[in-house]
Amino acid sequence: MPEQANIVLPEGSIEKQTTRLNLGPTHPATHGVFQNILEMDGERIIKTESTVGYIHRAFEKIAERRPLYQITTLTDRLNYCSAPLNNMGWHMTCEKLLSVKTPKRVDYLRVIIMELSRISDHLICNSIVGVDAGAYTGFLYVMQYRELIYEIYEEVCGSRLTTNMGRIGGFERNFSNTAFQKIEQFLEEFPKVWKEFENLFMRNRIFIERTKGTGAISAERALNFSFTGPNLRAAGIDYDVRVHAPYSSYEDFDFIIPVGTTGDNYDRFMVRGEEVWQSLDIIRQAYQKVQSFKGAEAEVYHADAPEYYLPAKADVYTKMEALIYHFKIVMGETEIPAGEIYHSIEGANGELGFYLISDGGRTPYRLHFRRPCFIYYQAYEEIVRGTMLSDAIITLSSLNLIAGEMDA
Amino acid sequence: MPIHSDHIKEKLNAQFGDGIISWDASSDILALEVVPSINLKVLTFLYDEPTLGFQFLTDLTGVHYPDQPGKEIGVVYHLHNLKENARLRMKIFVPIEKPDVFTASGLFSGANWMERETFDFYGIHFIGHPNLKRVLNVDEMDYHPLRKEYPLEDQTRIDKDDEMFGR
Repeated sequence: MPEQANIVLPEGSIEKQTTRLNLGPTHPATHGVFQNILEMDGERIIKTESTVGYIHRAFEKIAERRPLYQITTLTDRLNYCSAPLNNMGWHMTCEKLLSVKTPKRVDYLRVIIMELSRISDHLICNSIVGVDAGAYTGFLYVMQYRELIYEIYEEVCGSRLTTNMGRIGGFERNFSNTAFQKIEQFLEEFPKVWKEFENLFMRNRIFIERTKGTGAISAERALNFSFTGPNLRAAGIDYDVRVHAPYSSYEDFDFIIPVGTTGDNYDRFMVRGEEVWQSLDIIRQAYQKVQSFKGAEAEVYHADAPEYYLPAKADVYTKMEALIYHFKIVMGETEIPAGEIYHSIEGANGELGFYLISDGGRTPYRLHFRRPCFIYYQAYEEIVRGTMLSDAIITLSSLNLIAGEMDA
Repeated sequence: MPIHSDHIKEKLNAQFGDGIISWDASSDILALEVVPSINLKVLTFLYDEPTLGFQFLTDLTGVHYPDQPGKEIGVVYHLHNLKENARLRMKIFVPIEKPDVFTASGLFSGANWMERETFDFYGIHFIGHPNLKRVLNVDEMDYHPLRKEYPLEDQTRIDKDDEMFGR
C-alpha cells in the first residue's frame, strides 16, 4: 500500500496503517491559509506536504504597471503584522535608486516606527505561541499594547493595519505632540507588561516542556534553507541586516543581537522576547536623539526631493513648480532612472528584500520581493518530521508564518 | 575584511575563462553573467572555494526580456558571504523556446521553493529539481503569468459586466 511506504516494519509485525490528515487550509491552529497534508502514524508525523494556499495576489505583476507611490500600498499587505516596516523598506529602496539622501531626524523617526512595528510583530508571534501551548491569557493581555502601537501609527499616518506610511524621503507630516506622548506612554508602561508576560512563560514548566527540544533546526540546515531573522538567530547565527548593512542610521544605535543555541521553539521564543527589549532600548535612544534636535532642524520630517516628495498644499495653489510636481507625482508621470538594485531591511521575520529593475520608465520593469516567510516555510516539512502533531502546531506558530508574506 | 571584487573576478575568470560572459560593477552589488550551462558549476565553486565562500542564497528569481532574442528569460541569483559580508549577483539567460537551467536545490535547500516559484511565473525548467510543480498558482494553469506577453487587464475597459465588483 502506498500509504505505508514510509514505515519500515520489523518482520512478522502486525500490519500497520498510517492516517492521512488535512491540517488546514482553514484550521484555527494554522492562523492563516496554510494546508498541510500530514501522513501520520498515530500522533507522530511521518511526512508532510505543504501548500501555500491559493491566495496569490500577483503583486509583482501589478507592480510592473504602478508608479512607485502606488506600490507602497502593495507592500502593506506583505507582512500585515508589521506593515510600516515594509513601507519604510520600500521607500528606502526607492531612495537608493533615486539617490535621495534623508536627513538624520527622518532616519531616527523611521527607526522609532520600525522598532515599534517589530515589537508589535514579535508580540503577536510570542503570544500566539503561548495560545498554541494552551495559555490564552498572555495573548489578550499584551494586545492592549499592540492597540497602543496602532494608535501611534494612526497619529502618524492616519491608519492602523495597512498603513501606507511615509513618503520617498521622509514622512507625509511631522509627528504630532500626541504621537510623542503616546510613544512616551508606551516606553513607560510596556516594559512592565512585557516583563509580566515573560514571567508567565519563561520559567513555566508546562511551557518549557512543550517548547524545549521541539521544532529544532540546526545552524547548518537553517543557513542552507536561507533562514534569516529571529529564526536563524535562534539557531545561533548572529546575522542581522541592521548590523551587516546598516540603513536608516542604525549605525548610530547601541544594541545587542540576541542569539539562541538550539534553534528550537523555546529559543525562537526567547530570541524574539529579547529582541523586544532591544527594540525598546533602540526606541528610547532614537527618541532622545529626536528630542535633541533644536530650532529649524527639529521641524525636519522629509528630504529635499521635490521630484518625488509631494509639495505642501498651500504651495500647489500658489506656485507653478509645486503645481507641476504635484501633478507629476499624483499621476505617476515621473520617470525613474534606469538601474538595478537590491535593498534589504531587517523585517520582523528576517531579511525583507526588494529587487528592483528599472528601465527608465515610470514604473519598475521588474520588482521582486524577497519574503522571508515564503523561504522559511519550505523547511517546515523537515522540522516536523518525526514529531508529534501538537508540537508541529507550536512550530508553525513559532516560525511566525504570515500568510500575507507567503505570496507576492 | 570584505572580499575585494577584483579577487572574485580573478578567481572566477581563472577557473571558468570564457564561461564568464561579463562583469558589471555599476550597480549596488557586483554582478556577473555566466553561460547558462555552467550555472551550477559556478555556484558550487563559489560555495566551496574557501576564499570566496558564498554559502548563503539570499534570493533567486526570474526576469523576462522579450527584446533579447535567444536570451529572453533570465535567472538572477543573489548570493551572500555572511562571514565577510559580501554580496554577489549572478545572472544567466536562456532562450524562451528552451528555458532549461540546472537546479541549485541540491546545493541550497532553500532554492527548492524559490525555483518552484520561478517555474510557476516564468516557466523556467529546472533540470534535476526534486518536485518541480507550481507553488502559488493552481496546477491546472497552462501559462506562466509574469512573462511580458501577458499584459495586465486594461483598467479603462468598459465591456466587462462584473456584478460582484461592478465597474
